[in-house]
Amino acid sequence: MKTLLTRPGMIVSALIVIAALALTFAPQLFATHDPYEGIPADQLQPPSAAHWFGTDALGRDLYSRVVYGAFLSLATAGLAVVVGVAIGAVVGLVSGFIGGRVDFVLMRIVDVVIAVPSILLSLIVVAGLGFGAVPVAIGVGIGAAGSFARVTRSQVVRVRTAEYVEAARSMGVRWPAILVRHVFPNSARPVIALAALEVGTAILAVSALSFLGFGAAPPAPEWGALVSYGRDFLATAWWLSVLPGAVILVVVLAVNRLARAIGGER
Amino acid sequence: MTELLQVRGLEVEYTTRSGTTPAVRGVDFDVERGAVVAIVGESGSGKSTISQALIRQVAEGGRITGGSVVFDGRDLLQLPEKSLRSLRGARIGFVPQDPSSSLNPLIKVGEQIAESLRLHTGLSRKDAAKRAVEILAEVGISEPAARADQYPHELSGGMRQRVLIGIAWACEPALVIADEPTSALDVTVQRHVLDRMELLAAQHDTAVLLVTHDLAVAADRASRMLVMNQGRIVEQGTAADVLGDPQHEYTRRLVAAAPGLSSGRMHPRPVEVHGEDTRRALTLGFAERRDADRVPNILEVEDLVKTYSLRGGLGDKSTLVAVDHVSFSVPRGTTYSLVGESGSGKTTTARIAARLVQADSGVVRFDGQDIGELRGESLRQLRRRVQVVYQNPFGSLDPTMTVEAIVSEPLTAFRIGSRAERRETARALLDAVRLDPEFASRKPAQLSGGQRQRVAIARALALGPELLVLDEPVSALDVSVQEQILQLLVDLQREFALSYLFISHDLGVIRQISDSVAVMQHGRVVESGSAETVMSTPQDAYTRELLAAIPGAHSGP
Repeated sequence: MKTLLTRPGMIVSALIVIAALALTFAPQLFATHDPYEGIPADQLQPPSAAHWFGTDALGRDLYSRVVYGAFLSLATAGLAVVVGVAIGAVVGLVSGFIGGRVDFVLMRIVDVVIAVPSILLSLIVVAGLGFGAVPVAIGVGIGAAGSFARVTRSQVVRVRTAEYVEAARSMGVRWPAILVRHVFPNSARPVIALAALEVGTAILAVSALSFLGFGAAPPAPEWGALVSYGRDFLATAWWLSVLPGAVILVVVLAVNRLARAIGGER
Repeated sequence: MTELLQVRGLEVEYTTRSGTTPAVRGVDFDVERGAVVAIVGESGSGKSTISQALIRQVAEGGRITGGSVVFDGRDLLQLPEKSLRSLRGARIGFVPQDPSSSLNPLIKVGEQIAESLRLHTGLSRKDAAKRAVEILAEVGISEPAARADQYPHELSGGMRQRVLIGIAWACEPALVIADEPTSALDVTVQRHVLDRMELLAAQHDTAVLLVTHDLAVAADRASRMLVMNQGRIVEQGTAADVLGDPQHEYTRRLVAAAPGLSSGRMHPRPVEVHGEDTRRALTLGFAERRDADRVPNILEVEDLVKTYSLRGGLGDKSTLVAVDHVSFSVPRGTTYSLVGESGSGKTTTARIAARLVQADSGVVRFDGQDIGELRGESLRQLRRRVQVVYQNPFGSLDPTMTVEAIVSEPLTAFRIGSRAERRETARALLDAVRLDPEFASRKPAQLSGGQRQRVAIARALALGPELLVLDEPVSALDVSVQEQILQLLVDLQREFALSYLFISHDLGVIRQISDSVAVMQHGRVVESGSAETVMSTPQDAYTRELLAAIPGAHSGP
């Protein structure tokens, strides 16, 4: 508790993340207007007391659209991390625990996956699966799976040779039980830390793919799509791109700050 | 004034996240010129903290809060940092505990000695290098000129410690502080290193402050002893007085526990099992023992050979014979000990006997059955009857599990009992190893080393094994804790009719627990027989050397 108070950055980050989660799960409490119904008369208004983030070309309230977009952006990013951790952890566990040739082959595949820029990899996957939020999540997840596999494997290799694992073997514990009871719990922490860190990256990746038009179809108010939509009006209505972009920036920074605390960094 | 060092009212405290704890609480002592004074105590007694505080280099979080350290008429605690720095290394030498991490791995050892010389005595580069070679010869390193040109990793642990001693003595200091200088070394090496230190101290009229947990080492080497407990000096006097007629209760306990000073095998005391219910819980996992057609030897090992291939530089391969035609047998219900120094092959032999490693050739028979061919389920059933206790209680317990889960894990693995029954059994086992069953809900990190080793023993007992392989089970523990664990093992042996294969490098410990002994060197058994015979009339030269190296052997009470 004391450490929290001496670190204002942590408090601000925590508040931002809590706010983002609130937006995700209860947008109706925060939105001031309907995100889909525009008032044509109010089109392209700059930020004001009535429309905090201004309005778009159809007169829709941008603030409410950002609020409703939180679910799409953040849930997609969360799903992406879950997909990445699941694939990476399984590959890493198998690779590290079995070792030998299996390890070699799996790790070379991981090398290839890591060598390809993850955004490109995600694009390939999305192109194969079709557009939409879920394909984007899977694409981004696969793009991140390589590093999860690496971290999991390194932990498993460390834990596998630990004395308590040999002790368990010498007691007659079967190897699946060793994997579940000893290897996995003792390897999990760094993987969890990386997963938390990856959430920020995933938000960015999901937004980027939506920006490019691979994500949720319009008129869904996904954050990346909002930024993309605003491009056409940059000269006349700067807020359409800049404000959603600023929201992405702030949330990603806050998530990163908290994730680094989980990872043990101060 | 004859005292070289006068310490008065020294107080040191450590500040951690959980608060401030005093480590040294007002300590007074003197060190005369040329005398060897030993500070003895167990881990956490504050002895190392004192040695650091004297040269004002307390570990992180530590703070010297009071007292004075007068060295040669000057109070070191008041001295400005700059003049203190010129004292360290020049007038006060320091021999650290761990020879493997205290030398810079990237600098040749000769240069590391020469560096200290150049810094403090202003010798030229050439003279310093020449003097460094002389110093290496003085600390008893053969071919000093060639050794000076080597890197630390090319030297053995004993040689590295000699180099560190050389550095400490390089500038002819008036005082050398040696913090556990030989704890990481084998006994025979320990003796040679301590002999060399004693010789140097006598030749140069250096006072030595020897910090050690080993009462026997202190008894052999020191003229005066200070016994520390919980940050205070509880007793001080000449070594003979302190050991011969200890006044303080703590010292008496320490003297009684020191394995090098006591002798003879321990006698079993009954294990108290409270009530019939507890006994039923305790023996939940115990397999039915077939008493008929029993083979007299629980374990028979014949002609074991195990070689490891070492990969040298540039692809050339050489092999190391870790176990070289070893044979022995363990009679039921007795303790058979393998003793030897590091690299003697004793641990590999034990691991083969427990079927954790496969031998290249040879036969291991457990209860008359060849276990080398066992696979799968039959191997798992063997594990029920042979359990292993490891050397390091900090590594052999899973840090994420509770004590209860650890102790009942063997039961879980063999699907014995319900959850509630296993819980009862875990508590009964903890009670049997004289650990408060309240510990069941704790994690290993909240236990001391001795408590952890008890947990490991409780776990090994859960399935009611017939043979326990004990791989250096007490060498990571303080002496008084060692004594308790050994006594516990002796008691449990009788209570549960256990046979032990006991591995140790410490003949003092071996003497306390063994019925038979095999002495191993370079993978071979050089001598074996009943413990008494081997200890009293050793036949092999190596056994005699080992026995002579037991600290306390020549000046115990």
